[in-house]
Amino acid sequence: MTAAAIPTTGTDQLDALESEAIHVMREVAGEFDRPVILFSGGKDSMLLVHLARKAFWPAPIPFPVLHVDTGHNFDEVIDFRDAVVARYGLELEVARVQDYIDDGRLAERPDGTRNPLQTTPLLDAIAEHRHDAVFGGGRRDEERARAKERVFSLRTAFGQWEPSRQRPELWNLYNGRHKPGEHVRVFPLSNWTELDVWRYIAREGVELPSIYYAHEREVFARDGMWLTSGPWGGPGDGEEVRTLSVRYRTVGDGSCTGAVASTATTLDEVLDEVRESRLTERGATRADDRLSEAAMEDRKREGYF
Amino acid sequence: MTDLLRLATAGSVDDGKSTLVGRLLYDTKSVLADQMEAVERATQGGGDPDLSLLVDGLRSEREQGITIDVAYRYFATPTRSFVLADTPGHVQYTRNTVTGASTASLGVLLVDARHGIVEQTRRHVAVMGLLRVPRLVLAVNKMDLVDFDENTYWRIAKEFVGLTEALGYAESDVVAIPLSAKKGDNVVLSSRNTPWYEGPTLLEHLETVPVEGADHTAPFRFPVQYVVRPRTEDHPDYRGYAGLVAAGTVRVGDEVEVLPDGQRTRVEGIDTFDGERDAAHDGQSVVLRLADDLGIARGALLAAPGSPEPVTEFDATLAWLHEKPLRPGARLLLKHGTRTVQAIVGAVTHKLDTDTLTVDEDPGELGINDMGQVSLTVSEPLPLDPYDEIAATGSFLLIDPQAGDTLGAGLVGRPLVARPLQALEG
Repeated sequence: MTAAAIPTTGTDQLDALESEAIHVMREVAGEFDRPVILFSGGKDSMLLVHLARKAFWPAPIPFPVLHVDTGHNFDEVIDFRDAVVARYGLELEVARVQDYIDDGRLAERPDGTRNPLQTTPLLDAIAEHRHDAVFGGGRRDEERARAKERVFSLRTAFGQWEPSRQRPELWNLYNGRHKPGEHVRVFPLSNWTELDVWRYIAREGVELPSIYYAHEREVFARDGMWLTSGPWGGPGDGEEVRTLSVRYRTVGDGSCTGAVASTATTLDEVLDEVRESRLTERGATRADDRLSEAAMEDRKREGYF
Repeated sequence: MTDLLRLATAGSVDDGKSTLVGRLLYDTKSVLADQMEAVERATQGGGDPDLSLLVDGLRSEREQGITIDVAYRYFATPTRSFVLADTPGHVQYTRNTVTGASTASLGVLLVDARHGIVEQTRRHVAVMGLLRVPRLVLAVNKMDLVDFDENTYWRIAKEFVGLTEALGYAESDVVAIPLSAKKGDNVVLSSRNTPWYEGPTLLEHLETVPVEGADHTAPFRFPVQYVVRPRTEDHPDYRGYAGLVAAGTVRVGDEVEVLPDGQRTRVEGIDTFDGERDAAHDGQSVVLRLADDLGIARGALLAAPGSPEPVTEFDATLAWLHEKPLRPGARLLLKHGTRTVQAIVGAVTHKLDTDTLTVDEDPGELGINDMGQVSLTVSEPLPLDPYDEIAATGSFLLIDPQAGDTLGAGLVGRPLVARPLQALEG
C-alpha cells in the first residue's frame, strides 16, 4: 500500500523526536561493532528502518535487520517485509521459532501462542551473529514496566534485563560499554507515543503493511478481541465467525494479535481513530499482555524484546 | 504547532507525587480505559480510584509501595506535548534527581502543605539548582488537609522563593501553586476552594511556560558522531560529519574550529535526508560538509572560533551514582560528547553535606548519592565549556573501565563551591 504524505501540524515536536532517534542511531553506529535492527515488518520496526535511512543518508543503512519469525504470520506482512528488504538493499537475518519446535528445542504452548517462544531464537541469533547492539521499536508509553526502560538497555549473556543494574542516563550521553557476551538493546523510539508514531508516519508518508488499514476479514471474538483463523488455529466451540471491517493496531504472532473493528482506510482516518481510542494498543490487541499485571516485566527479565 | 516540554518531578515520601502525576495523566485524558479499569480493580476498599496506581511500575515497587527508579510519562494537550521524568525522592534521591533534572527544562517540586518545606525539599532544590534546571514550580499539595488556608500557602511560597533566589533564580522563573492532587484542585482546573489564588493551575503553567532551548544564540558546538562516506555510484566522494547540534547555530559558510587539534575550516553544506539547509540549531541532527579534508573522526568537536582552549587538567562537580566509592587516584573512563578518554581522579576537595547543605572540605572520598568537587586529569586534551555556560559541552560521564557501569555525572567547573548553598540551610 502506498501512503501519500499528509501535511500535519505540530512539526516541532515530531522534529525533536526524530532528531533524538537519529542521534541514538548514530551513537550506536559510532560505538558498536555489529548492530542489528529487529524488523518484523510492523509499524514500529518500519519506523526504525525509515529513521535509519535518514540517519545515514546518503549512505545506505549500515546494519542488517533481524526478523524473529513465529511462523504465525500474516501473509501481507511477510510480503511487505521482503519488499522493504529488497528496496533498500538490506541484509535480512531470520530466526525461526518453527525450526525450534520441529527439532524439539521448544515445545508448542497449550494455548498455541508463540510470542513468548521468541526469546530463545532471538538470543541464539544475537549470539550466532555476535550482535552487540540490537535496535528495538519499544516505547515507554506502551506499558508500565517499559516506562523505566533505558534508551541503552544492558542485557546479560542470557539476554536478561536486570532492573537494578540499569545505568542512569543523563543528558544525551549514552553509555554503551558491555562485557564480551553481553549486549545492549537500544530503543530510539523510547520517548514516542502511539499518536506520535502515527502522526509521524502520516507526515513522512512511511509505507506500512496493508493490514494496518481497514479491510474485510473473517474474525471471531475471544476475550473481547477479534482474532482471525490461520495456520495457528481457528475458532473454538461456540465462537462464531463473522466478516467484519477491521484493522490491526499492532502486528505480532497471529494467534494472539487481535484486530479492532474499523472503517479507517486512509492514514487520516487511522489518525482520527488513534486520537479517539479509549484503549491502549497493547490492551486492545495483545492477548499475551493480559496474562498478568506483570506479564511484560516478567518477559523482559527473560530477555524478550 | 505543538512543541515539547521536558519536565522532572521530585518530592519526599508521602507528598503525593504519584497521585499528582496520575492526576495529570487522568485529567489530560492520557489514561485509557483499560489502564483505568486495572486501577479500579487494584484500588483497595473501593471508593475513588487511587490514581497513584497509574504510575507504580515494577512489581517489586508495588509490593513495597514505593518507587525505585526514574520513570518516564507522556501526556499531551492540544498545544503541547510533555515528557515527564518522575523521580522518586527517598531512595537514591541524588541519582534519580540528577538523572531527571539533566534533561528537564522545568522542575516540579512537591511539598505537603501540612509540613511545608522540609530537608528533602532543600536537597532537591539544591540538586536542581546545581544542574541549572531553567525553571522551578513548587506544588503545595494537600491543601485540602489545611482547609485551603491562604496564610499557610503564602508562608511556604515565600520561603520557597527565598531558597531559589539564593541559588540564582529570578522570581519570574519560579512559581508556587496551591493544589490538591487527590481532589484535583488547581491541577488542571481552577479550584473554587482557593479564591485568593490568582495564578495559573499547574497544567496552565506547564502549557504556557517558555520551553528552554529556543535560545540559539549560544556559541556553536557540534560533537562529531559518525563520518558518512557512502562510496556509492551516486555519491562516490561524499564525506560528511554527522551529529546533533549541542549548542548555538551553524550556517553555511561559517568558519569552524576542529577541536582538540585547533585547525580551522568552513561549513560548505548542511545536509539532511529531506534536503539541504541554510542553517541548523541546537537539538537538530544534521550532516555537515566541510571545505577541507582534515581527517576528522568521531570524537572531534566542531566549534565556533574562539572557544576555550582544550585542557588535560580541570575541576568539576560530581554527582556520584554508584555503590563503589570514589577515591583519589582512581583510574576511570570519561565520556564527553562523543569522545571517551582515560581519566585519573586527583584530590576530592569538597563534599556537599546533604543534611545541613553546607560544603565540607577534604572529605577524602565520595560515596553513592554524594555530590562533591574534584580535580581530574585526562589522557587527551578535551574541549570543555563551564557547565554553567554551555551544559551540553560542560557535562560528562565517568565510567568503570572494567564493569562498564556509569559511576558518576560531572559538571565542568566549580558550581558546587561557587553557589551559596548555605543560604538553603533550614
